[in-house]
Amino acid sequence: MTLVRHVATAAVLAVLLVIISSTVSPFRDYQMAEVACYVVAVAGLTVLVGLSGQISLGNGAFMAIGAYAAALLLLHLHWPLAVVLVAALAVAAAGGAVVGVAAARLRGPYLAGATLILAVALPSLALRYGLLGGDQGLTVVINSPGFLGPSFSLTRWQAWLTCGCALITLVLLANLARSRVGRSWRAARDDEVAAALAGLNVARLRVLAFVVSAACAGLAGALLAVTTSIVSPGAFTVTLSIGLLTAAVLGGLGTLPGAVWGSLVLVLVPTYVTDVASSHGLSSSVGSNIPVAAYGVVLVVVMLTFPDGIQGGVHRLSRPLASRLPAWPGAPRRRPPGPQFRAPASEHQEEGSL
Amino acid sequence: MNRSHRVGLPALAAVAALAMVVSACSSGSSGSGSKSTSGALTASAPGITATTITIGSHQPLTGVAAPGYDEIAPASNAYFDYVNAHGGIYGRKIVYKYLGDKYDPTSTVSVVKQLVLQDNVYAIFDGLGTPTHLAVAPFLNSEKVPDVFVASGCECWNSPSTWPETFGWQLDYVREGKILGTYIKQHFAGQKIGYFYQDDEFGKDGVKGLDDEIPQADVVSRQSYDPTNINVGPQVAALKASGAKVVVSFTVPAFTALLRLNSLKLGFSPTLVVSDVGSDPITLAGLLEAYAKQGGATVSGNQLTQGIITDGYMPTLGDTSNSWVALFKKIHDKYLPKLPFDGNVAFGEAVAYTFVQAMLKAGKNPARADLVKAIESGLPQGPAVAPYAYSASDHAGMTGAFIGVIKNGVIVKEGPVQVTNTSATGAVQSYTGTQPTAPSSGMP
Amino acid sequence: MTEFRELTLGGISVGMIYAAIALSLVLIWRATRILNYAQGGMAMFTTYIALLVINHTGSYWAGFAVALASGLVLGGVIERLVIRPAENKPPLNAIIITIGLLVFLEGLAGILYGGQFRSFPAAFSITGLHVGSAALGVSANDVFVAVAVLAAALLLAAGFRYTSAGLQLRASAFSPPVARLLGVRVGRMLTLGWALAGLIGALAGVLVSPSTFLYPNSMDSIFVLGFTAAVIGGLDSPAGAVAGGLILGVALSYVGGYLGSDLVPLFGLAALAVVLMVRPSGLFSPAATRQV
Repeated sequence: MTLVRHVATAAVLAVLLVIISSTVSPFRDYQMAEVACYVVAVAGLTVLVGLSGQISLGNGAFMAIGAYAAALLLLHLHWPLAVVLVAALAVAAAGGAVVGVAAARLRGPYLAGATLILAVALPSLALRYGLLGGDQGLTVVINSPGFLGPSFSLTRWQAWLTCGCALITLVLLANLARSRVGRSWRAARDDEVAAALAGLNVARLRVLAFVVSAACAGLAGALLAVTTSIVSPGAFTVTLSIGLLTAAVLGGLGTLPGAVWGSLVLVLVPTYVTDVASSHGLSSSVGSNIPVAAYGVVLVVVMLTFPDGIQGGVHRLSRPLASRLPAWPGAPRRRPPGPQFRAPASEHQEEGSL
Repeated sequence: MNRSHRVGLPALAAVAALAMVVSACSSGSSGSGSKSTSGALTASAPGITATTITIGSHQPLTGVAAPGYDEIAPASNAYFDYVNAHGGIYGRKIVYKYLGDKYDPTSTVSVVKQLVLQDNVYAIFDGLGTPTHLAVAPFLNSEKVPDVFVASGCECWNSPSTWPETFGWQLDYVREGKILGTYIKQHFAGQKIGYFYQDDEFGKDGVKGLDDEIPQADVVSRQSYDPTNINVGPQVAALKASGAKVVVSFTVPAFTALLRLNSLKLGFSPTLVVSDVGSDPITLAGLLEAYAKQGGATVSGNQLTQGIITDGYMPTLGDTSNSWVALFKKIHDKYLPKLPFDGNVAFGEAVAYTFVQAMLKAGKNPARADLVKAIESGLPQGPAVAPYAYSASDHAGMTGAFIGVIKNGVIVKEGPVQVTNTSATGAVQSYTGTQPTAPSSGMP
Repeated sequence: MTEFRELTLGGISVGMIYAAIALSLVLIWRATRILNYAQGGMAMFTTYIALLVINHTGSYWAGFAVALASGLVLGGVIERLVIRPAENKPPLNAIIITIGLLVFLEGLAGILYGGQFRSFPAAFSITGLHVGSAALGVSANDVFVAVAVLAAALLLAAGFRYTSAGLQLRASAFSPPVARLLGVRVGRMLTLGWALAGLIGALAGVLVSPSTFLYPNSMDSIFVLGFTAAVIGGLDSPAGAVAGGLILGVALSYVGGYLGSDLVPLFGLAALAVVLMVRPSGLFSPAATRQV
């Protein structure tokens, strides 16, 4: 039943998106494609951080793995696009398994620190090996498929491709969140010891969450490679990883609609604020930094006014309606989702020793 | 679609009179890029209206790549303001829309697509950065948008067969490496040489040029650095341990300064040869001024740059008798009083000057293809010290530079300008021509 | 042998900077259980203020003192205005808020001071010290940096252990309700923790800026390595922060000197991975006491 409902919603959204992308300009098509790529990555991250309670500051590294895998396969082996996307996803998932196993015992800020340095270190591999294109990166060019006709706009095809993948990802993740795996994740997140006592294999669940989020990030990276036509280390800096986490939390941690809100903010807000600033003709260093400062203020203010993120705010506003619908997966509960940073008083005997 | 008509000279006179009548009645449809120099201004291409020419660019205005480079676009804009105040290009004003991309190729794609697809700019001018511009060059070429005077020394912009719309401008890094390498080969033969270079295409292309000239047996150490990691102490220690007497560095100014400071700490004092971008004495002095002011310290800013050997592809800013330097300083003083008059500002103004030269040559109602043809027909040498290579088969810009030494905070030219090509076997030769003086009106 | 000595001493002096950032992160973690992603940005901002004072008065030490004072104030103000409202909310919100704060501070610095590189003076001479004619590979300023950071760490550790305020700080972090019951003004302690962290971050900023040149993003990469050092040493331990910083600084110095600078980030990752495999809470943290 759940699956049918999810697929039906996705189908409706798909039709809507096709209509929108067919009527807007090529630049808006491109922006839709960009947003869709980020939705895939942010959705995977929000599952990892929100449902499984593991903070990752390094999902940009998994995006890089997927992007480079896709670029290399397209350039050297000329595989069809669908196969390439699945392969990129699989390679990134393998990377996620490795990191998940290595990080299985890490909690809270230690996991954050490890994933942060992963985000810094992994793209630097590209500089070392010529096959990966070095600093200049690899160029990826795709064409719209033959069955759509020779004059079908490439940007529209990219928008369809990425939005389609985003919808499929969201459906799969929504099902996963409602399944036993999702419930197990939430149980392990809320009280690891109780979950272990109840028979759940906590370590395996944690690795699985990493694999899922890395797979999503890898797919997103491959889609981004195909949309922007370039894969280079400069596109996968720490800023990207931080941006993904910001989008996940801002949109509403642990919720899939939140992934969409967060991605929209990530792509559209900086452009909007830049337009506003440049139209006032301020001096260059002032004018170019105002969008930066404003974006920072937006983040702080939104987090303070909507502690459950945008989805939480939407949920609050639509509560009269919501009471008549069955509960959505990931709807905010009394205990906020997310990794437990504050150790409950009974754990960790701190002596304050040096 | 733009079509440009190539009208043969004999026929031109005959149709000129007819064209005058016709264009007076025309309703300015996009599409005809006639080379007629009479008649009203029309909207002859995207980005061109009867009163404006809109061009776009992507620049690192914020972020780690911003310091220094964020001066270039305002400097170009200052030169355009000057041109606009003195009649513009055939009466049209230049509107320069440059957007920040934080030196992130994904952002570059976004802003360039916005400029081309939404803002309909006539051309992309002076796109900055190699990895960033590589992300958009295929798109610009497939959309047939002129992609002129890329702000990067990569040889990749010179590919007329794959990227017919793309043109370089500044001296590319391979040529620069060859010119510096030849000087080192002639003056420091047999001595131990060490390389210190940025580990991206800027440094690697420079090293490629150096290796074309310097015998391999002389190179005892090759140290690279990552611009995001300011701790270059280990590399300098390795250079010192190798016994290098001459260090050639392809670095940005911050890292030239760090090289010097770390060398000071280790008691290492090789002869330093620095490529053009990293040797601007004014920028270096600014980076080292705090040490000059520090009471009790035994170093001064000028002492730290004294004797640095470098190359230059534009007249040195210390040469105030040079007409180009005087022109650029005049414009800087009027339009950019808050910025220092340093290498980045001169670069921005010079490339803007070259653009205006090209636009004037493109004709009164140019299509996009007319700009490309204008550059391919060759541009007169302007503020550059060596001629441009532009032709239908060559989209590279400057071909040479002079060698100079920093003395008392100013680059002093040594010897004639050297020109070369990018091939490993191409000779480095002296250029015997002279640089033209700057026009007194300041407009080409 | 000379190169080894130079690399070791160089690694120690840069490691002390990582240690200072790590110290401030440890302080905020112990006091408020928050990861302060804006630590580097705060340090950058207070260093700009110091530069203004130095350029106006010509005195380095005046700027130094003002930097520390403004670090104190900035830390306290941030905690009161921006972190406190997020106290009972999901813990990740506080991290996103500090990320927003970092972006804001970098933008504000760009607006107020411009994006140019600024030269920041060193406290003492930067010329290498010599024994006879042999250069040691370290300068007087490097010695000052090491001494300053060590002094800060010792004072902090002593403060935590021996003073009443230190005890109250630890109690407020460990269990706010219980601490309140015992009469601790928990709110004030949180503010104090952030203020002290701001002070130490400001110290790190003025100590490192001579080598990095000051610009809005100058502390970004230092922050990442400082964070790594804090994790290696254990986020609950000031001694761990210093140890982590030194280990990281020296190890990366050897890698950069003997193996090549492009391997440095990978080795940073490897070092962290090795440490965390053996001790998942860092080298000096007390081990988790419950295993099921």
